[in-house]
Amino acid sequence: MSLRFVEGFKFTKIESPIHKLDPRSKFILTVGLFSTALMFTNLYVLFTVFLLQIPLILISKTTHRWLRSMKAGVWLGVFIFGMNLIFHTPLVLSIAFAVRLFAIMSAFSFFFMTTSADDLGLALDQIHVPYSISFTFTTAVRLVPTMAVDAQTVVDAQRSRGLELDKGNLTKRVRNYIPILIPLIISAIRRSVELAEALESRAFGATEHRTAIVTLKMHLADYVTIIGTILGLGLAIYVYFRVPLPTVIIPIQVPEINL
Amino acid sequence: MISVNNVNFRYPGASSDALTNVNLQIQNGEFVAIMGENGAGKTTLVKMFNGLLKPRAGSVSVDRVDTQDKSVAQLSRDVGLIFQNPDHQLFAETVSEELSFSLRNFGFDEEVIKRRVRNISTALDLERYLDSSPFILSGGERKRVALAAVLAWDPKHIIMDEPTIGQDYLQKDRLRNFIVQLISQGKTIVIVTHDVEFVAECKPRIVLLSKGTVIADDTASKILTDVEMLTKASLVRPQIAELMHQLPALGENPGIIDAYAAREFLIPRLRKADQTIESG
Repeated sequence: MSLRFVEGFKFTKIESPIHKLDPRSKFILTVGLFSTALMFTNLYVLFTVFLLQIPLILISKTTHRWLRSMKAGVWLGVFIFGMNLIFHTPLVLSIAFAVRLFAIMSAFSFFFMTTSADDLGLALDQIHVPYSISFTFTTAVRLVPTMAVDAQTVVDAQRSRGLELDKGNLTKRVRNYIPILIPLIISAIRRSVELAEALESRAFGATEHRTAIVTLKMHLADYVTIIGTILGLGLAIYVYFRVPLPTVIIPIQVPEINL
Repeated sequence: MISVNNVNFRYPGASSDALTNVNLQIQNGEFVAIMGENGAGKTTLVKMFNGLLKPRAGSVSVDRVDTQDKSVAQLSRDVGLIFQNPDHQLFAETVSEELSFSLRNFGFDEEVIKRRVRNISTALDLERYLDSSPFILSGGERKRVALAAVLAWDPKHIIMDEPTIGQDYLQKDRLRNFIVQLISQGKTIVIVTHDVEFVAECKPRIVLLSKGTVIADDTASKILTDVEMLTKASLVRPQIAELMHQLPALGENPGIIDAYAAREFLIPRLRKADQTIESG
């Protein structure tokens, strides 16, 4: 089991027009893509939302890492598809739910790969989110790669004790993850307690009104991104309420699964 | 025997090799310390012994079985790897369950499991904690539980990654005695450590790694008195070796690194010096 898919959600400093965008405009774009993906269950729209992101990924020069996160999502996509089929969701809708997952995953992968935690924190501060909340959020983002390393170590440690994650039926395979999850949760709790104590020891929260050396400024590209997102979202809402969309017909009869 | 032949390894996405052309033979029943600076490739190397990592080039074999041909579970039956941080492996409700976990994975009978758990908990002074949660134990105790959890299935080769971190002096002394006991049972012991004082007391064969290559492979007495080599690996001489170095008037240091050898070396010389003073 490899946790390299986390690379698909990790910021790396690259010279690209997308990386230069203000985090607020990228956040609005991500929320726009996310909302559109949630709004529709139509396969054509969901595929469009997914495919729209590909040029952005190419421009941001993060294709390899994005592909890694998409690859990791395959099993989750298969799981969502399978569970929907089991619970009598029509085939096309089951596929749509899986595609929706990829569209949403891709949007967040794009956002986190191109936005540094520091910029994200600054953006939150500038929209007057309380510092304790913005700090918690950015710390959580920063800790994702560390947690991934921890998770890999836990997997290695348990495999060294004879644990075979891919052995047994579905129930057994799910249970195999208990020895992975518990140490991971415990070490995350320990780490957060230690971090909180270290922060308090370094006078965290002593100043009520913080100032920042760097101030984020919106540029033309940011305004274009925001206006484009708003127009796109507006179009999506219009289509949702007013335009009858063609439906995909798959001429396959899925056998009914009775539980 | 653990045999590492011309091994190269690079982590995915890394720009340089973690291990470059590493060759190493560890005989059965041998005691080896792998030392080196942070990021030298020590943990990477030992993770190859039970197949957690497979070489990109070259081969690693354990008892003449190539690690490429076996799963981690199969190799782990003979190679027990104890990780640095016990919190990365403890998960069960009780210490007893924790010690039984690997034994169940390896398919031991319940009777054998009970017996082994009892024996190993006695050997490592954990009996009173058998029904306690491993999470309420101190750092040193959790480390002992992690050690016991591996020793319970009686692997032929035991690899310990930084076993002395977080241990007080008494626990280190117990660990040293326990290692001696395991060696007397014919076990191969490999420790990965920065702890020069612990190594000086144990006197194993030392394999010194730096930047992914083996820069020295010799006795503890030779390596722990070789300042040039130690500096390359960001290590320092143990205190006894440093003291002997600071006393050049006593003659050439014959590779003394521990207190007992220093005592043997110093007493006749001090007596001689006393006699000279008295007669003079």
